[in-house]
Amino acid sequence: MATSDNRRIRLEKVLKEHNYQESALLEILHSAQEIYGYLDRNLLMDIAGSLNLPPSHVYGVTTFYSFFKMRKPGEHIVTACLGTACYVKGVEQIIAAIEKEFNLKRGGSTADGKLSLLFTRCIGACAMAPAIIIDDQVIGKATKEIVISKIKNTLGGIKDETV
Amino acid sequence: MLKAFEDAVKEFGVENICKVARTGCIGTCSVGPAVLVDPGDYLYQCVTLENAREIVQKHIVLGEPVKRILYNNEGYFQKQQRLVLRNAGKIDPTRIQDYISVGGYFALAKCLATMTPQGVVDEITNSGLRGRGGAGFPVGQKWSLVARAHNTPKYIVANLDEGDPGVFANRTLAEADPHAIIEGMLIAGYAIGAQKGYIYIRSEYPLAIQTLQKAIAQAKDMNLLGDNILETQHKFDLELRFGAGAFVAGEETAILVSVEGRRAQPRPRPPYPANQGLWTKPTLIQNVESLANAPLIVLNGWAWFKSFGLPNCTGTKCFSLTGEINNPGLIEVPMGITLREIVYDIGGGISNGKKFKSVLVGGPSGGCLPEPLLEAPIDYDSLKKVGAIMGSGGIVVLNENSCMVDTARYFTDFCIEESCGKCTPCRAGLARVKEIFDRITTGEGELNDIDILEKASEYISNASLCGLGQTAPNPILTTLRYFREEYLEHIVDKKCRAGVCFKNEKAEE
Ligand SMILES: Cc1cc2nc3c(=O)[nH]c(=O)nc-3n(C[C@H](O)[C@H](O)[C@H](O)COP(=O)(O)O)c2cc1C
Repeated sequence: MATSDNRRIRLEKVLKEHNYQESALLEILHSAQEIYGYLDRNLLMDIAGSLNLPPSHVYGVTTFYSFFKMRKPGEHIVTACLGTACYVKGVEQIIAAIEKEFNLKRGGSTADGKLSLLFTRCIGACAMAPAIIIDDQVIGKATKEIVISKIKNTLGGIKDETV
Repeated sequence: MLKAFEDAVKEFGVENICKVARTGCIGTCSVGPAVLVDPGDYLYQCVTLENAREIVQKHIVLGEPVKRILYNNEGYFQKQQRLVLRNAGKIDPTRIQDYISVGGYFALAKCLATMTPQGVVDEITNSGLRGRGGAGFPVGQKWSLVARAHNTPKYIVANLDEGDPGVFANRTLAEADPHAIIEGMLIAGYAIGAQKGYIYIRSEYPLAIQTLQKAIAQAKDMNLLGDNILETQHKFDLELRFGAGAFVAGEETAILVSVEGRRAQPRPRPPYPANQGLWTKPTLIQNVESLANAPLIVLNGWAWFKSFGLPNCTGTKCFSLTGEINNPGLIEVPMGITLREIVYDIGGGISNGKKFKSVLVGGPSGGCLPEPLLEAPIDYDSLKKVGAIMGSGGIVVLNENSCMVDTARYFTDFCIEESCGKCTPCRAGLARVKEIFDRITTGEGELNDIDILEKASEYISNASLCGLGQTAPNPILTTLRYFREEYLEHIVDKKCRAGVCFKNEKAEE
């Protein structure tokens, strides 16, 4: 409970910084996602109330932008880049291999909530395509084998700084 | 890595002749980490921690470059013309002093001290600079429209949404030389009478965001942003706005509503943003690369700028060169260079000894061009003629392993995902097109599907509200035009020569 209060205090600070202005909605949603990890219904209702906006408006904006997550993501997140260069370099096969190996579906999480497989349109690391991001680490020129072993290490709590 | 070099410099006691500095990206992403030794522009590739000591010892102390790990690719830089990227890899983007030491903010000072706002607009107009974000609209003309608009206040929105997948030129510019963007905005602000600007940047670029934030703070400290800039009456304030993963938000009417915190859906024009933009006030929307050209033009004069590129398409353009080639990376070339020079001389040709198949120019709404069109010069008008667009400067090279039908399907998928859903031709039309692609790539295609694709493409491009729908059919039309036999093979022979299609287990979604 204490931590969640703390988070609400941080959110309030953000709201105040932006003067509770409607035009800062995107910035506020960004900050809220950073603080809470994702944007659930209650949080959106809370933000709508604070900005004096209809909940439908806040919901509409949130769902429009793919960067905002509305479901709790897994403990670790693998993000596959779907940009053109990655497509050309066969990111699709890596995605399929991850799905198979860890038994999860694209866009979803494993049953134990440890791992999610998400997507991004392009991170602009195209010269190192295909690119896969495990938590915050970008893996360039990725192959099935490297990615799967890195994910296993991550899940097993092994820190691995080599790229 | 930085530390390894610093340690080596200390070890050999050459601190007084050698400074280790961090820089932005040099553009040779495929051979990173890269280290540049000046003077002489020696570029080392794939440097390891062990190499650091060797480079300092041999090159700095003994004056003998370590040939073994030098980037040995003459062509890569020879055919380039680095104006906008002149500082990329040469200065520390986190230090405003570095930018100033190479002539940064001199153009702003020149404007404020010696030029009228109209004089600045004229300079840009005469230079022939055209918008680098896609459409190629003359920049000077746009400035003059906003300058003449009566309503106040006026705003500037710098477009750094760079939503085209496969493109990273604007990102690199922001990470390597953020002050060039800021100075460009300041000059534009002076020319059109705006005192407030926003940089709309996509949230997928955390390092670029950090770099810009730092640059803005430093510019404020040095009184280059804020009130009484350089002790004059000129005022200008700058804020960042973050995108959130919507390609269409880069469209000029959509970016406005996004900055206002709403769903990024385009609206019909007119009214044009130059008259009714942010909060219905006159607004200049300009790509960051267009803006970064402004200081150069002001400083060196329009006639100098016109000496680069073609008469009707002046200057240079940055391209993100990727795909199946030997030297992917960020390049800057004079307008009018041919695709062949880019792919072979700069790009080093196709990697792994494979055969060239096609080059995609202009991102998801660009065109897929075949080998004979490699002779085409790169400029807005020539590209349009062959069915592609400049877009934001993406060049992706495909080899024989790519299926052109599947490539067109991939881009259609992208445009469906990113369609804002407001107008029917784009939302529903593209969905029908995708059904046809799904049939063709799973062996259910029929011959008249080709006719339907052509007709639908025509309707979608003519009837869509914004550029997304209007250009979405480009990959379909160009693949049908230049690679028709692959469609026929899929439909008649149920064969995919690249071995990409007809995999049933490809049950997506
Ligand atoms: C769907 C769509 C996406 C766009 N995305 C971008 C973008 O990411 N960056 C950009 O500079 N322009 C983008 N544009 C072009 C802008 O609408 C606008 O023409 C441009 O920012 C104007 O600046 P310029 O004249 O300096 O090129 C996009 C256009 C469309 C239709």
